[in-house]
Parts: sequence; structure tokens; C-alpha cells
Amino acid sequence: MSNLVTGRTGEWEVVIGMEVHAQVSSQSKLFSGAPTRFGADPNQNVSLVDAAMPGMLPVINEECVRQAIRTGLGLNAQINTYSVFDRKNYFYADLPQGYQISQFKHPIVGEGAITIDLKDGSSIEIGIERLHLEQDAGKSMHDQHPSKSYIDLNRSGVALMEIVSKPDIRSAEQAGAYMKKLRSIVRYLGTCDGNMEEGSMRADVNVSVRRPGDELGTRTETKNLNSVRFIMQAIDYEVQRQIEILEDGGQIDQETRLFDTNTGITRAMRGKEDAHDYRYFPDPDLLPLEFTDEFVSALQAELPELPDQIRARLIGDYGLSSYDAAVITEEKETAAFYEAAAEGRDKKLVANWMTVELFGALNKAGKSLGDSPVSPHQLGGLVGLISDGTISGRIAKDVFAEMMETSKDAAVIIEEKGLKQVSDSGAIEALIDQVLADNQDKVDEYRGGKDKLFGFFVGQTMKLSKGQANPAMVNDLLKSKLG
Amino acid sequence: MSIDKATVEKIARLARLRVPEERMMPIAGDLNRILNWIEELNEVPTDGVEPLASVTGHKLPMRRDEISDGDIQEKVLANAPEEASGFFVVPKVVE
Repeated sequence: MSNLVTGRTGEWEVVIGMEVHAQVSSQSKLFSGAPTRFGADPNQNVSLVDAAMPGMLPVINEECVRQAIRTGLGLNAQINTYSVFDRKNYFYADLPQGYQISQFKHPIVGEGAITIDLKDGSSIEIGIERLHLEQDAGKSMHDQHPSKSYIDLNRSGVALMEIVSKPDIRSAEQAGAYMKKLRSIVRYLGTCDGNMEEGSMRADVNVSVRRPGDELGTRTETKNLNSVRFIMQAIDYEVQRQIEILEDGGQIDQETRLFDTNTGITRAMRGKEDAHDYRYFPDPDLLPLEFTDEFVSALQAELPELPDQIRARLIGDYGLSSYDAAVITEEKETAAFYEAAAEGRDKKLVANWMTVELFGALNKAGKSLGDSPVSPHQLGGLVGLISDGTISGRIAKDVFAEMMETSKDAAVIIEEKGLKQVSDSGAIEALIDQVLADNQDKVDEYRGGKDKLFGFFVGQTMKLSKGQANPAMVNDLLKSKLG
Repeated sequence: MSIDKATVEKIARLARLRVPEERMMPIAGDLNRILNWIEELNEVPTDGVEPLASVTGHKLPMRRDEISDGDIQEKVLANAPEEASGFFVVPKVVE
């Protein structure tokens, strides 16, 4: 598939790199014991360290270190057993220290790669440049007062992982798939909750365009995108804007831009000539971060199964289609639901019932999988009753609809409503005899050579049985009777 | 490396320090003397010597992931120039 964009004067290649900030899942902050909990009162989750009171010293949270290493392992990346914290200096009202503690020259995680899946069924690899640990800043609110800004330091000092991709991304679709995959990986690992609305994950996108085969063009950076849709919109807009400028003979300014979620356009942040002069230097309050290879191996040994591994197992061992496997493994909760439902059941049939019937019904009811009235065990139970011939697939749909309504077990509904499939050949023969007697004219026509009428007899028999006759047996018995 | 007046101005602006015009050249002189002194260290051969992060041999101490701090809004806000509803209130910082 070609990712080239056609302008007025020819084709352009889009080059995208992304920096994703993911909040580390931990109880307390990176360098203080204040809580990270979302939704507290303003400045409630703040220690004197986070407020940068003079003389306060940072002490690193070992869980944040573990989470960063685990994430690095999930990104198939190099883990650096020696890394260094630096001060990134800038002034802003919500940064009380006047610097952010980050990692510059020696990050905790080096190069890696993840595989992303595209709509056309193909997969590509996106390189990871690095992952480093850093502090989040506080939050400024500018709409509370005409001439004042309100500052809440609750987020100040919360641990972030900045995950930097290589400039391997070539389209908005790929950028969206990359973000989804990263989110999926950190959620499986439990290293970040992936909640983009609450700001637990946000992305900066670096976009440039060039003629195929040319040197890299000048890039712009659009900051703070907090949904997959916004990431894709911002890229689409930025690509068109840059191509128009270049085709009109202009040039791109290397600048930082903001995305307006209302209008879908990006605009330049007004000039800060010194904005990128961060004067990094090693933080004298913190020794280098060192750990052993054994420490890393122990974390590796305890990593949960990741989406790619589960997917390979669903396809290889369970025989699911690549599509079903992708749908089931995108979210950790979906995969867990499936595994529980499929335990001891027909794997493909469960996948089918889950992705078609259950997702369809939940969608219609406006519910998420977490609120499903039908539990994994109940879905498995229903599939078991289809597999052992207790009910037909058609009756199963009615039973399922009832399960969605009442949350009852399939077996209970079948018992209550007397829906059990009739596999007694005597009973079925009686039904067939009645159908044939009621339609003597059609029987004559059939025997006269009108083969198509066979379906009519099957239909009538099933109808008379209220759908409960075993369809395979109806077929066989009809054939012998009409013989 | 030599520090001129323009560099002093730039460093001062980045550090948000107001330096009176008549102090610019004296500060440039001071900084140059400090840098020259540090440059003398270049005479020491350091090939193959690992950078020294600590003279005590200590490793970076770590803490357990436990909530042991916070919930001290009053103390945090004690020096705020202005506050409202638990927020720091500062002159508007957005364009």
C-alpha cells in the first residue's frame, strides 16, 4: 500500500515521529511520598518536595523504576542498568522547581521496536528510540479569572515515561495504530492505565513531508494530543498545511504547534526564542540509577503475556482467524473475558459468539464489556449447549437475547421455556408425517421431480417443532420418507 | 572558551536574573576567570577513567511505593502570593 500523498505538483512522503508521555501506575510520586490519585482537591496531593520548598531532596520510588524497566521489556528494548537523571531547566508557573527532573544523555531504556497492524491486514515494525523517566508538571487553569492563572500542583512530580519513536511512521493511520498498540502494551503490563481522557497518556507528534527519496524536510511538533482521533486529525491537517506551503514555494518553520480540538486545525505557539535552551545537566541531588542484570531478568520472568503473544496463541493453538484474534486481544479485558469463556469450549465458536453476538448486543445496548449482563462463564455455557446438541444455533440466539435481558444461565432459560432440541427420531418422524399429510399436493409435486420443494418440507417441520427439532435429523428423516 | 557581554545577557535572561548594565562586564570577567580555572583540570590525563558520580561509594537510595506525604494544603500554600479555592493564583501566564 502506498502512503504517498498527492499534491498539486506531485507526490509527497510523510515522515512522523512520536513522543508519548505515559503516567506510571504507582501509588506515590517519582521522588516524593505524595499520592498520585486522580480527582483530589487542588494541591492536596502535594508534598513539600513537589512544591520545591528549599532544602527538600528527591528520593526515587523503586516501583517507578520497575515499571519503566517492565515497559522497556514490553517494547522489546535495551534496558540500561546505568542511567542518569538530569535537570531540564525552564520557567513556568506550574513548574515550581524551575526545572524538570528528566533523563537526557543516559535514559533507563534504549532502542526497541513494536509491531503495528494496519487495516489492510499488513503489519509493520515501528522503532523505539528510547524511554526515559521524568516528572510531570502541575496544571495551570487560565479560564477562571480574566487576569490570573490558577495553579494546581497535584500532578507535579508524578512519574511519567516518555516513549520516543523513531521517525518510522508514514501516515495518520499508522500513527493511530502505533498509539493504540502502545496503549495496549502498557495496559497489559499494568505500567500505565492508558486513560487518555484523564491525561494518563498523551502524545506530541513531529511531522514533516518530503519528495520520495529526498532528505528529511523541516518538521513541526504538535503538542499534547490526548486521543487517537486528535492525533490522526492533527497529522492530516499538518500534512496538508505543509504541502500547500511548499507547493506555493514557501518553507516550513521548525516550531511548536497546538491543536485546537474544536476546529481540528493546528496553530503556532507564539514565539519563545529561548524555549528550547534547556541547559540540561546531571541533577546533583541524585546519584546515577544503577541495578543489576539479575534484577532485570527477574522482572522479565514475571512479565504477563502481551497482546502479540496471546494473538499468536489464539491463531496457532485455537485456530482463530487473524481478524478475530486481533479484535479479542486489543483490550486486556476482552482477552481475559474470551479466555474465561473459551475454557473447555469450542474456541472458534466462542470467538464467533463473542465478536458477533455479544459485541453486537452490547453495542446496541450502549454497554461496555465490563457491564455485560452475560458473564464469560455464561457465554461459555451457552456455547457448550450448542456444541453438545442440546439446542440449535438458531434457538441459541433466542436464548442469548433472553440472557442479555435477565442474566440467567442458558440452561435455566432452556429448561424454563422448554427449548431443548428434539433429537428423538420418533417425535421428529411424527412431525414429518403430519407435515406430509397436510401438504399431499406438494409431496406429489416433489415426487414428480420438483426437488426444490425439499427446503419447504424442512421449513414446515422446523416450524411445527417451534424450531426445536434437530435440523440434521429432520433432513435425514425427510430424505428417507420422501425417498 | 570566552564569555562575552552578549552571553552574560543571555544566561541572565534564561535564569530570569536582572543584571544592571554596569555589572555585565565585571560578571563576564568573573565567569571567564572561573572557566579558565576549571580548564586547568584539562591538564590531568583522564583517558579510560570512568566519570565519578559519588566519592562515598553510595548507591542511589530508593523508597518503597507508599503514600507517606501530601494532604498539607495549608503548608503548601503558606507562601503563596495569592490563593483561591486551594489554588495558587498568579498573574495570567497564557498568551
